[in-house]
Amino acid sequence: MAETAPPLIRLEGVRKVYPMGDVEVQALRGVDLRIDEGEFVAIMGSSGSGKSTLMHILGCLDRPNSGHFWLRGRDVSDLEPDALAEIRNETLGFVFQSFNLLPRTSAVENVELPLLYGGVGGRERRKRSVEALERVGLASRMHHHPNQLSGGQQQRVAIARALVGRPRLILADEPTGNLDSRSSVEIMALFQALGASGITLVLVTHEPDIAQYAARVIVMRDGRVREDRRQVPRPAVPLPVEADDEPAPEVVS
Amino acid sequence: MNPFETIRMAVRALLRNKLRSFLTTLGIIIGVFAVIAMVAIGEGAKAQVEQTFASMGSNIVIVMPGTSTQGGAMGGMGSLPTLTWEDLRALRNEASAIKAVAPILRSAAQVQSEDQNWTTTVIGSSPEIFEIRAWKIESGAIFTASDVDIGAKVAVIGRTVADKLYGTTAEVVGQTIRIKNVPFTVVGLLEKKGQSAMGQDQDDQIFIPQSTWQSKIQGGLQKFVNGMIMMTAVSQEAIPRAESQIKDILRDRHHIEPGMDDDFSVRNLSDMANAVESSTRVFTGLLASIAAVSLLVGGIGIMNIMLVSVTERTREIGLRMAVGARRRHILAQFLVEALVLSIAGGLVGVVGGFYAARALSESFGWPMLFRTETVLLAVGFSGAVGIVFGIFPARKASRLDPITALRYE
Repeated sequence: MAETAPPLIRLEGVRKVYPMGDVEVQALRGVDLRIDEGEFVAIMGSSGSGKSTLMHILGCLDRPNSGHFWLRGRDVSDLEPDALAEIRNETLGFVFQSFNLLPRTSAVENVELPLLYGGVGGRERRKRSVEALERVGLASRMHHHPNQLSGGQQQRVAIARALVGRPRLILADEPTGNLDSRSSVEIMALFQALGASGITLVLVTHEPDIAQYAARVIVMRDGRVREDRRQVPRPAVPLPVEADDEPAPEVVS
Repeated sequence: MNPFETIRMAVRALLRNKLRSFLTTLGIIIGVFAVIAMVAIGEGAKAQVEQTFASMGSNIVIVMPGTSTQGGAMGGMGSLPTLTWEDLRALRNEASAIKAVAPILRSAAQVQSEDQNWTTTVIGSSPEIFEIRAWKIESGAIFTASDVDIGAKVAVIGRTVADKLYGTTAEVVGQTIRIKNVPFTVVGLLEKKGQSAMGQDQDDQIFIPQSTWQSKIQGGLQKFVNGMIMMTAVSQEAIPRAESQIKDILRDRHHIEPGMDDDFSVRNLSDMANAVESSTRVFTGLLASIAAVSLLVGGIGIMNIMLVSVTERTREIGLRMAVGARRRHILAQFLVEALVLSIAGGLVGVVGGFYAARALSESFGWPMLFRTETVLLAVGFSGAVGIVFGIFPARKASRLDPITALRYE
C-alpha cells in the first residue's frame, strides 16, 4: 500500500456546515471516500443530501470545515483561494448543468478559457482547443456562438473546455439535466469514451438512468455516504436519429 | 495571461454592448472635451493679452503728476503739473533700476499734408520713447537728442497717420507735414503696432521732440512737464525697486514730509497685465472645475455600469473562477474594462476638443494653443478616473465566491 501511488481523491472525516440565518445546516457530516485514477463515479442523492457540497469540495471550489481532502496525495483542505484556483486550472475540469458558456463568444474561444488562465500562449492555446473540439466532434462548429448551437452541442463545447487543460479529473454537475434524452445519451457516451482514455470522472446526478452508465455509484443522504457500490456500466449507445429530433440550428457562417 | 490579452478581452467585452459602452463613456468624452477646449481657449486668450501688453513695451513704469484741489473739488490725476524737467533729469540720472526715461506730452492737433488733413495725437517726447515702447522704425530714422536740444521741426509718424495723409504706398520720409499749421519734416515712419490694450489705435500718433512740442504745439509751463513721464525698468524683477526709487527721488525733490501724500502717482503696466491675466486665470479655473465635475460624473457613470456589468456577469465570473482564474485575473479584467472605457472616452474627447478649440480660436482670431501636456493630462486624468471608479466594481467581482457566483440566477 505504501509503495503504490496515492489515490486521486481521498477524503477523511470531511464536514461542512453552512450558516443559514440563525441555524446551521450540516451539509456534510463526516465523509470518508477514496476514488482512484480512471474511475467513473456517479454521486447520487436527493436534494439536500450533500451531494452538491461534496462536489464543490472535490472541485476545490470550497473547503471543508474539518477533516482532510488529499488530491493526488496533497492535502488541499486548507489552501487559499488562489492556490485552489491553480489546482482547478491544472488538475480539474468542470461540466455544468447549464453549460455556462460565455455568450457571444465562439466555441473555440470558450474552450480556450482555462488555457488563458493557465498562461498558455496564443497559438498553442488555439491548437489545443481545436484538438479538444475534435475530441468531442465539434471541430466543424468551432466558430459558432453558443446561441447557434443545440443544447447537446453546447454541452459538448463545455466538455471540450473541461478537457483542454488535460485534467486528471472531470467533475460534472447534472450534465444532462438540461438535455433531451437523445443528447443525454450522446453526452454519456462521450463521458464513457473519456473514461476509457484514463480520465477520472465524477458525475453528480439525481437520475438513476444516468447513474447506470457509471462503474461506481455513491449514494448520499443527510450529509453521509449511504451506499457505495460498483456495477457493470451500461454502454451508452446513441439513439438512432428520429424525425422529430432536435436539429442544430442552421447557421450561415 | 499577459496585459495585451487582458486588454483584448476587455475591448471584446465592451464591444458586445456597443451602445451601452458608448453612453457610459459619454460623460468622460464631454468632460475631456470641455477640458481640452477650455484650456486651449484660455491659453489662447492669455497669449492674446500677453501679446497686446508686449506690444506696449515691457517693464514700463509711468509717473503721473498729482491732483489739484480747487475749492474742495478734486481735479483728476495729472490735473496739476507737479513734475518738472529737473525731476525728469534726476530720475534719468539717479534711479539705478531705470533704464530709460522719456516724457509724454500729449495734444490733439490737426495735421495736413499737401492735399489731405487729419486730426491725431501729437506727442512730444525724447528719442528714448521708442526704446521704452519697443517700437521699431519702418523707414527713415527716429529724431535724435540734438533734435530735442535745438527744437528741430521733425516728426516721426505712425502708420495710420501716413495712410491718411499720403496714402498707403507713398514714400513718407522727407515729406512735409503741417502740424497746427507749422511745417515739420517727416524723418521716420513707425512700424505698425495695432490696437493698445485699451483699444486705441497706437498707429494714429505723431512723435516730435519735446522742446518743439512746447514751443510750437502747446506753450506755457516751461518749467513743468505738461504730461507724464514714461520709464522702463532694467528688468521685470526690478519694477518694484524702480517704483520705490522713483518715489524716494520725487518725494525728496518735492520736499514731501513723511506721512504726507505723494503729489504724483506711479503705475506700472505689468500690474495691469497681471490683472487681466489673473482674470483669465479665474475664468480658466472656473471652466476647469466644471470639466472636473463632468469627469467626476462620468466616472460615477462608469462605476454604475461596471457594477451592473459585474452583477449581470456573475455567472461568467463564477465560471472563470472555476476554470482557474485567480482573484487578480478577475480584478484586472473589470479594472481594464473601466480603464478602456475611460481612456477611449478621453481620446475621443481630446480629438473633439481639439477641433472645437480650433474652430473657436479661428472665429475669435486668437492664436491656437494646443499643448501636449494638456492632452496627456486629460488622458491621464480620465485614466485615473477609470481606475478610481473601476476599482470598486472590480474588487467586488474578484471577491465573489465561485459557488455562489455559479449559482447566481
